[in-house]
Amino acid sequence: MREFTYHRAASIADLSPDATIIAGGTNLLDLMKLEVMAPPALVDITHLDLGGVEPEGEGLRIGALVRNSDLAAHPVIRRDYPVLSRALLAGASGQLRNMATTGGNLMQRTRCPYFYDRRMACNKRDPGAGCAAIGGVTRNHAILGASDHCIATYPGDMAVALMALDAVVEIDGPTPRRVPLADFHLLPGDTPHLETVLEPGEIITAVILPAPPGGQHRYRKVRDRASYAFALVSVAAVIATDGGRISHAALAFGGVATKPWRDPEVEALLKGSEPSDALFREAADILLRPARDWGENQFKIPLLRRALIATLRDATGMETAA
Amino acid sequence: MQITLHLNGATHDLDLDPRTTLLDALRHHLGMTGTKKGCDHGQCGACTVLMGGRRINACLTLACMAQDAQITTIEGLGSPERLSPLQQQFLDHDGFQCGYCTPGQICSATAMLEEMEAGWPSHASENLDGPFELSHAEIAERMSGNLCRCAAYANIVAAIQQAAGTTDHREDAA
Repeated sequence: MREFTYHRAASIADLSPDATIIAGGTNLLDLMKLEVMAPPALVDITHLDLGGVEPEGEGLRIGALVRNSDLAAHPVIRRDYPVLSRALLAGASGQLRNMATTGGNLMQRTRCPYFYDRRMACNKRDPGAGCAAIGGVTRNHAILGASDHCIATYPGDMAVALMALDAVVEIDGPTPRRVPLADFHLLPGDTPHLETVLEPGEIITAVILPAPPGGQHRYRKVRDRASYAFALVSVAAVIATDGGRISHAALAFGGVATKPWRDPEVEALLKGSEPSDALFREAADILLRPARDWGENQFKIPLLRRALIATLRDATGMETAA
Repeated sequence: MQITLHLNGATHDLDLDPRTTLLDALRHHLGMTGTKKGCDHGQCGACTVLMGGRRINACLTLACMAQDAQITTIEGLGSPERLSPLQQQFLDHDGFQCGYCTPGQICSATAMLEEMEAGWPSHASENLDGPFELSHAEIAERMSGNLCRCAAYANIVAAIQQAAGTTDHREDAA
């Protein structure tokens, strides 16, 4: 690990654009040990007053420092936003969920092995260096949202559920602002080192959830082992039916894309339609229209199709959960 | 930098490089070698300790960030003369082979049983609001952050199930 200075922030005014924020540290310290990240200055925000889950309007305001374990177990989250509890519980381990924070989780980096290995070319780590993943071992890489510069997946679960819940990120800084989560993470394009809209000197202070959407909530995660593994494919679904037709459909996808993925066309197709296998197959066709594989990750295309169809069957009562 | 750690009821003043992890502070600066270093990347759970009563990976925690917190390690859970219920059950059920992962397993299980009592759901829970049974599936899921490369899992699960029959999972460390 490279040397750094450590400072415990007493207030948000203590934050400096030159210092890297640390909260749970589960991803940042791992990357610092590997010297993939080498911040010269760390500012510890864990003693700031950024916790708590409070009502805001008809929804909720989740403080940036709320730990993943507390959020998953929160009675209101369990009751009104169960897709979020399920996604959190599907991620990491009991120990890591006790450390990881809501804000930090949104800032986690990809687990692309070429990003983690400093001997390998990586445009995310070293802009302009090239991408060793393309043409390399691509089993875990993205089939949606990739570019010729980066094919790394966004690895998380929490943000996938938050996407399906229309969450908004509250940011403090020189100009406090709120950004829909859908606009928070960036596609790699030709600047894969830029992963979010967060600017130096800005900090996530909360995540805002709108009024509970009701309906059926599902988080279906497909992975290589039963627990403590990143998603190959995950589907967050909030689906309501009314009079035999789908009245609300919010779907987000993890493990398959360069950012938490959502496709308005898929949801537009579903809304107002009667649930059927033919409809769900058409939804999968639309979702996968822009999909592109890089060889070894070709299996994610049929896997995502099946995971989406199975989740929709389950959420609309066509089939009980596996 | 000057760091004060509250460990197993005692207070220690240390002069550490900011890069020192809580794990290295325990093992190399305080001589508390019960906590083990396995992967050093948060993947194996051998370094599991309790911070403020909650299980965490000491390898992914900076010692300076643990300042002011109450840290409990395997040495604080019990002693050879006075084993904690989980320590006793790991012995009775032969919940180990080489033993390297055991301190982490026991620290993790200690906090895991308290999470169960607090009504926390898990990925294996059919209903997010319970009831939660200490089934094999629940234990396997809730303990998935602790690997045992000897694969003594069957006996670890049995030890945890047996220990859960008691109400107090740790000796008073204070």
